[in-house]
Amino acid sequence: MEIVQRATNPWGQDVLLGIDWSLFWIALIAGGVFLILHLALRRRWIGEEKKAAANAPDDPGLPQKIQRHSLASRLFHAVMGISMILLLITGFLPKVGLQFAWLEIHWITGLILTASIVFHIIHATFFQSLKNVWIGLSDLGDMMREMRKAVTGGEAPAKPGKYPAAQKMFHHAATLAGMAAIITGILMMWRIEQPLWAQDDYAFFGDGGWGWVYVLHGVGGVVLVTLTVAHVYFAILPEKRWMTWSMILGWIDRKDYLRHHDPAKWPVTGGK
Amino acid sequence: MAVIHDMIPDFELYQPESLDGALEVLDRHRDTAWVLAGGMDTFDWFKDRVKRPEAVVDLGAIPELSGISETDGGIEIGAMTPLTEVVENELVRERYSILAEAAETVATPQIRNQGTLGGNLVQDTRCWYYRAGWPCYRAGGNICYADTPESMNREHCIFDASRCVAVTPSDTAPALIALDAEMVIRGRRGERTVAAEDFFVGPAIDITRMTVLQPNEVLQSVRIPDTWAGADFYFEKVRDRNAWDFPLVNVASAMRVEDGVVQDCRLSVGAVSPVPLRMDRCEELLRGQKISEDIATRIAELGVIGAKPLRHNGYKVPLMRNLIRRAIRGQAPV
Repeated sequence: MEIVQRATNPWGQDVLLGIDWSLFWIALIAGGVFLILHLALRRRWIGEEKKAAANAPDDPGLPQKIQRHSLASRLFHAVMGISMILLLITGFLPKVGLQFAWLEIHWITGLILTASIVFHIIHATFFQSLKNVWIGLSDLGDMMREMRKAVTGGEAPAKPGKYPAAQKMFHHAATLAGMAAIITGILMMWRIEQPLWAQDDYAFFGDGGWGWVYVLHGVGGVVLVTLTVAHVYFAILPEKRWMTWSMILGWIDRKDYLRHHDPAKWPVTGGK
Repeated sequence: MAVIHDMIPDFELYQPESLDGALEVLDRHRDTAWVLAGGMDTFDWFKDRVKRPEAVVDLGAIPELSGISETDGGIEIGAMTPLTEVVENELVRERYSILAEAAETVATPQIRNQGTLGGNLVQDTRCWYYRAGWPCYRAGGNICYADTPESMNREHCIFDASRCVAVTPSDTAPALIALDAEMVIRGRRGERTVAAEDFFVGPAIDITRMTVLQPNEVLQSVRIPDTWAGADFYFEKVRDRNAWDFPLVNVASAMRVEDGVVQDCRLSVGAVSPVPLRMDRCEELLRGQKISEDIATRIAELGVIGAKPLRHNGYKVPLMRNLIRRAIRGQAPV
């Protein structure tokens, strides 16, 4: 199996064409293997978690519903999620044999995703605390402890602030893969007919450079396949549903707040 | 660039004597198999060494794929029927003369003797950039060499480009669309039929194929219903060399006309789009109209709305407009 596709262009140069589409299946299988492993290991700690949930601390001094995500954040997440699913469907299904007119849906959805990401960057930079997603050395330590606990048992990591280390890692991995796909996707729009600017197949790069653009777009896409599988899996896991609901409703229950977060690292700023 | 070689690359040659046998081989080899009909398209690819299949399935020895027969509701033409037989067949000439005319414009007598109706329909595009073996979109690459500022694209499309701008070169396809024909497709799972106009696939849907045929399927036959038997037909093909060439534009129409008024019609134009175009809007407007120069001109104008010529094929717009006008005017009582 090849990782990339190559060909000889009219000038006799060996150029990249893009990724080998079998990588899609590998990304899907990788996602599947991850969730099977997690499900298998989960049996070791789920009982303990249920017990902890039953004996969760409470503080009647705090609001019953504690705000975790603003309406703007939730709307962004919904637009980004729908766009991402549509982009993966239109990007990969035709490559694995389901043929339909995908291109227009793909680039229009890509532009919607880009606009939503631009909004998110501005919103997160000026109206939210970037510290919430910043990965520090203590996060790496927590991540290691979390993994050790999952595999061999042992000491649980300290309670996190607004986001656990794993969630921050996921955010940054999705950011990297997403930005690779978005930037290259916008460049690729010079190679198709669309109403925003004139098609110019040799804008910016020669065949060799364009090959890298297509490879990066494909790599971003397949990484996002694995990340999406993992994300959907965690969203539907019973013990993580409090987080999923918070992305829909905006708030978490006081008990979940106290059980999963360190109030010192993420003090309550809103709720009712 | 591809160079014609005397020797073609090695492959396993299968010459099944039944359609089931052919389908079994195709199913086994899938993407690495190649269906050989008359060989008029195939051997160019092989000698250019652009296509290198592992298995070639020659349909020439399968009797059920050949011949023209009368059916309950029309006629059925086997996909392996030579074009010459289509041209000379009495039933075809008497009832569906437009198909005989279209088939007669294909290439040369020698090629029509060897080339088949199925091959003419299923043949790959003649875009020279693609056929040269360069890694264009259609060949699995990421560029259309025919759609850059320096490209030679006078034979390419003016409608429905989607990254690829190649056209289907079939002459019989527009005639069969005008006749409301059905393509009978056979696979291991059985038979399915597809309307002629839906048989072709544009690059927006699948950029690497020209038709709906899957790698393990074969075009078995073409069924032409009685609906348009003996109607008023018009076929015209414009090409660079009248002796032997692919169409620059071709047009086919079938009409029922009473007292100069069009009762019903079907109109199709080839070589202007990646698929043969059925001109639905023109047909709609034409129904119920008394044929006149004015109507023909107006409908022809409607037909070219939305055309987006490339650098060197702007001439196709007036050519298509004139051919539609002639197809309509050609039905007028003298």
